[in-house]
Amino acid sequence: MNETDPAAAESGRAHAAASDQLLARVIREESARIVAALTGWLGSLDLAEESVAEAIEEALRQWRTRGVPPNPGGWLTQAARHNALDRLRREKRYREKLAMLADPPEAAPLTGEPDERLPLLFGCCHPAISPDAQLALTLRAICGLTTAQIARATLAPESTVAQRIVRAKRKIGATGIPLRIPEGSERAARLDIVLTVVSVMYSEAHLVAGGDAAADRDLADDALWLARVVAHQLPREAEAQGLLALLLFHRAREGARAVDGELVLLADQDRTRWDRRLIAEAQAVLEEAAMLRRPGRWQLHAAIAACHSDTRDGGDTDWLQVLTLYDMLLAYDRSPVVRLNRAVALAEVDGPQAALDEVDALGRALAGYHLWHAVRARMLRHLGRRDEAMAEDLCALELTANDAERRLLEARVDR
Amino acid sequence: MKYVIMFTTTPELDAAASPEHVEQAYRRTFDWFGMHSEVMTESGAQLQPVTTATTVRYGGEEPVVADGPFSEAREVIGGFQVIDVPDLDAAIAIVKTWPLLELPGVAVEIRPIVVY
Repeated sequence: MNETDPAAAESGRAHAAASDQLLARVIREESARIVAALTGWLGSLDLAEESVAEAIEEALRQWRTRGVPPNPGGWLTQAARHNALDRLRREKRYREKLAMLADPPEAAPLTGEPDERLPLLFGCCHPAISPDAQLALTLRAICGLTTAQIARATLAPESTVAQRIVRAKRKIGATGIPLRIPEGSERAARLDIVLTVVSVMYSEAHLVAGGDAAADRDLADDALWLARVVAHQLPREAEAQGLLALLLFHRAREGARAVDGELVLLADQDRTRWDRRLIAEAQAVLEEAAMLRRPGRWQLHAAIAACHSDTRDGGDTDWLQVLTLYDMLLAYDRSPVVRLNRAVALAEVDGPQAALDEVDALGRALAGYHLWHAVRARMLRHLGRRDEAMAEDLCALELTANDAERRLLEARVDR
Repeated sequence: MKYVIMFTTTPELDAAASPEHVEQAYRRTFDWFGMHSEVMTESGAQLQPVTTATTVRYGGEEPVVADGPFSEAREVIGGFQVIDVPDLDAAIAIVKTWPLLELPGVAVEIRPIVVY
């Protein structure tokens, strides 16, 4: 590219941006299937995943400039298989394994069935693996992100991410963590871990500090895609539908949430910028979930998001309904963050003093969380305690790492 | 796969539970071994109290012998058992039913055995 020609630079950038999206779409559609198929063939998730990750790196290098080949899945499978055999031949410890691999299926396409992705996902999100590693491994093995992309998206050093993934994969192999969808009484708790990882993936997209730099992979997109895969594969699991509905509601508001790089609070968001098509889809998914008659926390979170989506402006929110849903949610999830969000609804129904009492009760758990200070500031301001409110906003400002959030809080302090 | 399961307790927390409850839970551990006899290998032992522990530690020129367990941790190992089950989920499912897990301060560690 000619760096001195602004027009050429511009078109080059635009081309790369479109291509990043396409690459993300193609690769995440294939990644987990190939990892699952190769794991079955090689008998080692570690080796299979490493080989696919290498193939993805090669693909990104080639496809970015030459375009995506007509059969990207076949291309990746071929490359991954080649990498695996290469590694088996190179490393002494694998010699025996190589001899035991009777028939490397050279001709037969190793695409694997779509549903092989779910057992792999449940393995990546096993409770015997730390939450950070669950997320990193899911992003790489299931969504097909490179280690560098995960590091950029989760604000962790690349070496840390790489180490987490290697350790988690080795643990799965060495401790005999099964790659399967749990049945019976274990299913609900294990599914909840999977849904939590997907939800964290979505939130991470908004937490990127210095947050204005465009990343080549949008984690929110990946999370929404994965929520769809899980909901589609487990149609009888109401909570899987609930999480999909929740993420769709959030996605629908994305256009109004940030305007020119500045955050806009829910109450002030321009409703005409909300994506009505996504909201309708979210409502339909949530209604389907309700018909399964198995309530849970993700459905309640989605129902709360649905209340906000029904509003024409911030003023006509049905806060009593929101508060009632939060009270129901407490039966499933009494985490301090849920109680903090409930306090915001409580303020609208019972007034700022009741809410402030509740917020204060959460101080020990949430004193290091910038939004606790921001919510407390808001209650104090409603009570006319301006100086204390200002001090709390300053605390919040000090604790946030996200540029857009920082500017929002700064604007409040300047007022 | 073979796993060692290590039973640990926290003596100070044991002391806090009611003696009847502790005794009753301990009694049920015998049934537990009986119930899962098909996965129990011959390796396993219940250990004498931690007050009987002696530790031999690296000491420069010569190992040093001292009274007490190897670790300063509050948890102490009360026994171990080698089990043979298909995978970690099977091991977890069995361990979750260990009767002493009703008592605060009780933890069970699961570790796969190296296969040569």
